[in-house]
Amino acid sequence: MSKISLILQREYLSRVRKKSFIIMTLLGPVLFAAMMVVPTWLSSMEDSIEKKVAIVDHTGLYIDQIKDTDLLKFEYLEPESEEDLRNNFSSTPYYAYLVISEDLLENPDAIRLYSDGQITMDVRDHITGGLREYLRSQKLKSFELEGLDGIIAAINKVGIQLTTIKLGEDGSEKESSTEMAMVVSLVFAFLTYMFVFIYGTQVLRGVMEEKTSRIVEVIISSVKPFQLMLGKIIGIAMVALTQVFLWILLTVLIVTGAKALFFSDTDMPSRMDGIEMAMEGSSQQAQAAQADGFNFDKVMDMVNSMNPVTTILLFILYFLGGYLIYASLFAAVGAAIDNETDSQQFMFPITIPIIIALYVAMAAFRNPHSDLVFWFSMIPFTSPVVMMARIPFDVPIWQIALSLTLLIAGFLFTTWFAARIYRTGILMYGKKVNYKELWKWFRYSDK
Amino acid sequence: MSFLEANNIVKKFANHLALDDVSVAIPENSIFGLLGPNGAGKTTLIRIINQITGPDAGKILLQGKPLSREDISRIGYLPEERGLYKKMKVGEQALYLARLKGVSRNDALKKLKYWFEKFEIQPWWDKKVEELSKGMQQKVQFIVTILHNPSLLIFDEPFSGFDPINANLLKDEILHLKKEGATIIFSTHNMGSVEELCDHITLINNGKAILSGVVSDIRYEHRENLVRLEYTGDNDQIKKIISHHYQLEASQALNGFESLLVKMPEGTDINQLLRMVMDHCHIHSCQEVLPSMSDVFIKVVNQNKVTL
Repeated sequence: MSKISLILQREYLSRVRKKSFIIMTLLGPVLFAAMMVVPTWLSSMEDSIEKKVAIVDHTGLYIDQIKDTDLLKFEYLEPESEEDLRNNFSSTPYYAYLVISEDLLENPDAIRLYSDGQITMDVRDHITGGLREYLRSQKLKSFELEGLDGIIAAINKVGIQLTTIKLGEDGSEKESSTEMAMVVSLVFAFLTYMFVFIYGTQVLRGVMEEKTSRIVEVIISSVKPFQLMLGKIIGIAMVALTQVFLWILLTVLIVTGAKALFFSDTDMPSRMDGIEMAMEGSSQQAQAAQADGFNFDKVMDMVNSMNPVTTILLFILYFLGGYLIYASLFAAVGAAIDNETDSQQFMFPITIPIIIALYVAMAAFRNPHSDLVFWFSMIPFTSPVVMMARIPFDVPIWQIALSLTLLIAGFLFTTWFAARIYRTGILMYGKKVNYKELWKWFRYSDK
Repeated sequence: MSFLEANNIVKKFANHLALDDVSVAIPENSIFGLLGPNGAGKTTLIRIINQITGPDAGKILLQGKPLSREDISRIGYLPEERGLYKKMKVGEQALYLARLKGVSRNDALKKLKYWFEKFEIQPWWDKKVEELSKGMQQKVQFIVTILHNPSLLIFDEPFSGFDPINANLLKDEILHLKKEGATIIFSTHNMGSVEELCDHITLINNGKAILSGVVSDIRYEHRENLVRLEYTGDNDQIKKIISHHYQLEASQALNGFESLLVKMPEGTDINQLLRMVMDHCHIHSCQEVLPSMSDVFIKVVNQNKVTL
């Protein structure tokens, strides 16, 4: 046992002290934090340059209907100046110029906005918003009904705001967020996939290093091959956990620090709007959400409603289980081959299930309780990724328990299976290995 | 009683028999040569002794008791395929390998300091292994092999990669270890070092032990009744006399003497030869020539091939 811990120590320390590990560990949270903070910071940062937009209205119907804002000013020019604007645009002080050529109620596309650069969403939205308002009121007026304005305004106020509530066992109520659950589901499934892959490959490299540097025979004259394999696998698992732990810790620190620094007074619109914005593809909805009070505290409430401690605990369990299942297989491949180019043919069947798992996980966050998703969250080779995608959607305890039990059984099996190939493989040099050969190694008896 | 006995070891790989009923007995405090052509099964036998693989049949006894897992701390093994972690620092690595053999940290540090100074590699303690020359890496490996004071040492081709000066240093260390009571198994193709170092040998070919015994006995048993005669005198006359009775194998002039190699029939006395030539020349020396281990090796392996 003390020998395994010696091996484990070496595997752990030699990796944790590497420059690449330190850089990744420090840089990771900065990137994560940037992903969370920068979009909100950018959107909260006021555009400080005043923009001027010229309007050439050939109809004369829309003079002064678009209101100036602090940073967006409109100037109405004579219809004759259009030619001049077009030819000498760069020498004019304008950011853009708008040409209205016909009555927009009759011909809604008789309006063009010209600029020498890309026009921002804000400017577009402001112009269309202002004009639409005006056109609506014009249209209403054309019906010539008394009090129509009031009726329309009253109709517009009708709406529902659906709040989804999760019932606890004891009937207690918690607000839940489907969008939030989807995001969390996807993030966790992807993280599990990524970690299993990254650290599984490290096991493969580590085993190959021992084999190609020919140190392995020296070591297994002191310890059993199985101890060497297990020490390496556990050592690297601890490296992974260290990295995850530091990432979480540093990300929380940076985000809290950044929040205190940049958003000390205002509600911090969380990164969730950023993601939501991207998901819905419309800034208007996000603005609406914000107007409804979609603020940081509310998001935190929702995160809390999903039991972050349990979620993270399950994440660690599934990540470890998934890693252990694959790591021993990666170790067997590393032992079987002499150089990395040979690894492809054996890596392929190992990576197939985990890639399938990722696809199923994508389906899981739309329909987390379908049969397909259920079975894939039970099969040990895919369960770590798929079950993590299901977790935010309230998976029954018995399913989690069953899937974890199968996962443990699965990794005991792969470790046993891989160890038999490993102990023969590490001492074989210069032999072209194929599956038949591996099967032979597997069946060698040993005392 | 032998220090280490391997009795009727059989090891089969898929469809080839690596060891076919091989037995060796290694006396305590001796240097034992394990010889044989490439692929004969030497490394397989060594791996079985090191408990890296298990035999299909047969037993290994260490001082009369079956080999157990605890015995690995009494064995020091320098494999033929040997290396170190390239990215790890030299001292750290030596310490790690020593501790894997069960030496305590403090003990290992003390002993490593002694050996690093003795082999003049102390300044390399904090360097990465990849910065070391091959010879220096070999020194580190040798130190690690012997650091835990094993009573049984196994060297597989220890001299490969050493220059003559360092090879000599190693040879002296091996002899010194024997003097201190260690039993040493020595596997090599270098027959010169076998004659120089080994007390006993076993020759393995095609998975079978085909020759065992004390080195000097084996050479004597395979003698071909060759006699080297050195003299000054009438060369032609002497040659004529000798070739009249015996077979003349070779003749050359050496350091001002005439030197003849004579093959005599079984059971002839050297005195007869001397009597024949005594009156015609001035004899400088005369001695029976024993075959070198290299000659024995080639002869026995080739004979073995013929009988197959």
